[in-house]
Formats: sequence, structure tokens, C-alpha cells
Amino acid sequence: MNPPMRRTLSRLVLLLAALAALVAGPAAAQSLNVEIVGGLKTAIPIAVVPFAQAGGAPLPTDVADVIRADFNRSGKFRSLDKNDIVETPSQGSDVKFATWRLLKQDYLTIGRISDAGGGMLKVEYELWDVNRQQSLLAQSFTAPAGDLRGVAHQIADQIYEKITGVRGAFWTRIAYITAVGVGNNTTYSLIVADSDGYNPQVVARSRESLLGPAWSPDGSKIAYVSFESGNSQVYVQNISTGSRSLIASHPRGINSAPAWSPDGSKLAVSLSYVGNPEIFVIDVASRTETRLTNNFAIDTEPTFTPDGQSIIFTSDRSGKPQLYQMSASGGAAQRLTFQGGFNASASVSYDGKQIAMVQGNGNVYRIAIMDRSLGGQVRFVSPGNVDDSPSFAPNASMLLYAASQGTRGVLYAVSADGLVRQRLVLSDGDVREPSWGPYRQR
Amino acid sequence: MNKTVTVTLAALLCVGAAACSKKNTKPAPLPEQQPVAQTQAPTSDGKYQPSDLDTDACLRQRVVYFDFDKNDVKPEFQQIIACHAKYLQDRPQSAMTLEGNTDERGTREYNLGLGERRGNAVSSALQAAGGSAGQINVTSYGKEKPTCREHNEDCWAKNRRVEIVYTAK
Repeated sequence: MNPPMRRTLSRLVLLLAALAALVAGPAAAQSLNVEIVGGLKTAIPIAVVPFAQAGGAPLPTDVADVIRADFNRSGKFRSLDKNDIVETPSQGSDVKFATWRLLKQDYLTIGRISDAGGGMLKVEYELWDVNRQQSLLAQSFTAPAGDLRGVAHQIADQIYEKITGVRGAFWTRIAYITAVGVGNNTTYSLIVADSDGYNPQVVARSRESLLGPAWSPDGSKIAYVSFESGNSQVYVQNISTGSRSLIASHPRGINSAPAWSPDGSKLAVSLSYVGNPEIFVIDVASRTETRLTNNFAIDTEPTFTPDGQSIIFTSDRSGKPQLYQMSASGGAAQRLTFQGGFNASASVSYDGKQIAMVQGNGNVYRIAIMDRSLGGQVRFVSPGNVDDSPSFAPNASMLLYAASQGTRGVLYAVSADGLVRQRLVLSDGDVREPSWGPYRQR
Repeated sequence: MNKTVTVTLAALLCVGAAACSKKNTKPAPLPEQQPVAQTQAPTSDGKYQPSDLDTDACLRQRVVYFDFDKNDVKPEFQQIIACHAKYLQDRPQSAMTLEGNTDERGTREYNLGLGERRGNAVSSALQAAGGSAGQINVTSYGKEKPTCREHNEDCWAKNRRVEIVYTAK
């Protein structure tokens, strides 16, 4: 890393730390840390000018900061450091394009926030192509001050899509499990937060382990595994009402690894009451169970392909865990992975073309992505050594995964090319089992 | 031939046989007792009592350790298997949960399966040595309940285990 970039980075880290310190409530308990691992030469330079505010009380959120952080995390953009922004236009007519050309920026985002009455704010922004001096987007949002982060993520999504042609996934939520405390005094929580880790909310809490949160396709419910009864059981919980129902609770054996079908009507699970872990599909409405696999191996971690026609799962039927694919109604399974002694925990991209997995070689477990058009070849996007639980963003531009920092669990968001990584850390306790939620409905 | 080997062979023979008579599965004589156990007055019929769970040197051992990604019960644990199987046999009203655990390597869900395999392996060994299936429950925690959190083999070896937890004495 060259010195100027390191300086820019340390400024970014300081900025984020200061930002985190400003946020009140539960979010204050977490700090964010950006780690750029190189390869930014290809990222698109974009300046996001601090949004002008016309009077009123100080706002809880700096919208431009949130947008900038989103862009930097994506790996696709490199946003101009806040301290290098020398002019602060808030309307197109104020922009001096020569300044931004001199700063080698391809794109410029400007905006303004005003009182819309009734406790609402109006947030307007414009996206400009610096070289062509052309307006690309001009939109406005009306929202309460408490939702400014959400507005900022939606602006980032629109800009991302306008420039890259791919739908943005910043305005999404993530779920994960935290474990706070030691031994028998550990409290486990299922948390839902914004995609950048802000606004964490506890969905479920238990004195026993929680596992495997999985978002329903409409984002309203989460399926997860709880050991609160002493044995593993699968629950489905409504995020907004908190109401939950028990989906799989055989007293004997494992009830685990829930995954939703794309239409939200079924859950694939791994159940071992039949003697060893097998893949089943449960109809959520009728609770009817259908068994899909039948052998002496561990069959687990099912996930539906986006077309709903197939299930990809982990099986050690060949001796070591590998990924297999079968019809969503069962039948013969085809082995997908041949490289590495351990391949498990598949996450499939929205277009079905990429499969992320945990690949183990010796004592090193890393997140690998297999591009199906390139055969069984994989690329690694995490450094190891005990990385787990990859989960694609809905646009497959980034992944979340769990890793270890000393003896603590931490989460990382990494760009799909592996070039930009961001760590999400809680002030105390372990974080694990991340799951990236679906697109939100406006 | 030492006692451990005898017990192992007895267990293996029993697993191999289609049906084991109760006589065959009767465990070999108890392994060497520690002084603590000898000070306990055994009951006249030689059967274990609940108090032995706290005092008997063999019964007090409740953890069986495994090799990486393996679920075979190693010969050095056969004497623990034998005394707990005898306890189950002596106390038909007793019951236990076998808690299967793994080290941190690999995914949480796969490790749940592996922990269960280890629990089932200990369950089979106990049954082969005289315990009955109805007294034994297996629960897997996978890598959820490590006793040690460092990333090295010493620590991993401590976590690859089945814990015997009596739920009725």
C-alpha cells in the first residue's frame, strides 16, 4: 500500500470511528473498520459532496458520509476523501466541472436537505457525469430524520445502478448471531441490522445457541435454529411482530439448516431423526415433510437454486464433505466440487452462475467462489483460517462471511472480486452466522 | 492380554454379532480402581449405586475424545465405556444424554452432523457393553460449545469430545 493511500485510509477509519461514536443507542456499541486489500485501480472515482442543509436542527446522519462508505465497500467505486472536497455545490448550476476534472473524478453527487413539514425532511440529490458535464440523475425522497440512513442507502443504490447497470444492494438488511458472555452465562441473540451494520435490532434472544438465520424471500420472516429446548429446533419468526412458530422439532436428532424456497412456500432442512442427517423439504403452511436424500452420509446445508428447481447441499457421501446438486423433488445428486478436501455451506448468486462456499485445505478454511461457466475452478475471496458462512448480497456484488479475530468471531463484507473487505465488529462478544437479506420494497 | 484389549474385543465381537446375548455383553471386570473408589463400600451384590457417580474413579470420567473428522471410539476409552455401561445395566432407571462436540474447523452445520456421529458411536459402544438404547439420548452441539477457544491442535483435541451427562441416576 503506498503512503498516500494509507493516509487516505487512516482518515477514512478515523472518520468512521467518529461517525460510529456519534450514533446513539444500540448502534453505539459497535464500531466499523474498513480494510482495503488492494486492487482499487479499477474502481470508478466519484465525489460525494456533503449535502447542504437549509436551517433546522442538526441532523443525526451525514447522508454523504453514508453514501461514500457504501461506495467504498462495494469495490466498484472509490469515493473522494471528504477532506479533499474543496467546493460544496448543492445544485447543478453551482458546479465548476474544471475543479472535479482536476481532482480526476468521473462522477459527482451533490444534494440538499430541507424541511418538508410534518416532521419530514426532503432529500434531493443529483448525479453528474464530470467529463460530459451531463446530469444523469435528479431525484428526491421524503423521510423522517430517523430514516436518513435508509434514504442514503437508496441514493447509493440508484447511483450504483445508473453507473454499473447492476441493481444496488446497499438498502438491504443483514441478520447474524451474537454470543456475549462466557460459558453458561452466554447470551445468544439473533440480530437484524442495515447492510452496513448500523441499526442493530434484537429479533430473538436465548441462553442456548442460535444458528443459521435464513431470510424469507419477502424479507418479513427469518427461519433459524434454536437450542433453547436442549436440542436443535427450527423456528420461523416474523421480524416486525415477533410472533414465531416451530417448524421442525423432532425430539430425536438434529433439526437444522433451514433454507427458503424462492417462492417462500417451503423450507429445506436437515433432519436426523431417521438415523443420520438427511435433506427434507417442509411445506410451511401444512408442515408436510418430504424426504429427499437417503444414505448413510451427513447431508446438510441445503439451499435452493434461484429458479427453485434444484437444491445444492453438503454431503460427505464420498468420504469428505463436498457440494452436490439434486432436483428440488429429490432423486440422484450430481457432485459439484472436486478441488479441496472440504467444500460446504453453499450460497448461490441470484443468477445461479456463482456458488460461494467454505473450502478447507489442511487447517485453512477460506471462502471460495466457483463460477459455474468455468467448470470447477474457484477463486478465494477471504484469507482464512477459520472462515465460515458465506452469504451473497442479492445482487451478488458482495458477500458476508464469518471469520475469527483472535478468539472472537467477527463478520466481514467482501466485494465479490475479493478486493475490498470491511470488518464489522461488536464491542464485546462473538459475531457469526451472517445472512444477507433480500431487496427491500419501497 | 491386558484388560483394555479384552474389553475392546468383547465390544467388537458384540457389534459384529447379529444378536448379543446378555451374557456376552456383560462387561469385563471393572478396570483398576483408584484408591478413592476402593474406600467406597461396594454394595453386597457388586452393583453400582448413584453415589458411585461422584466417587468411583472410572464413573467420574465422563468425556470421550476423538481424532480429527473421526468418530471411532479409541481403545483407551473402552474402560470408561465399560463402567458407564455397567452403571446403566445396574441401574435400569438411570438415563444419560451424550453430548457430541467438534473442533472449530469446518462449517457449523457439518459439525452438528459430525458431533452426532460421535454421540452415536459412544451410544453404540455403551449398548454393545450392556447399556440399553432406551437409557441413552444423543444430542449434538457441533462446534457450539467449545471448552477451549484457541486455534491450535491442543485446543482442538480438547473440543473433539462426547460428554456423558446423567439425566437420571
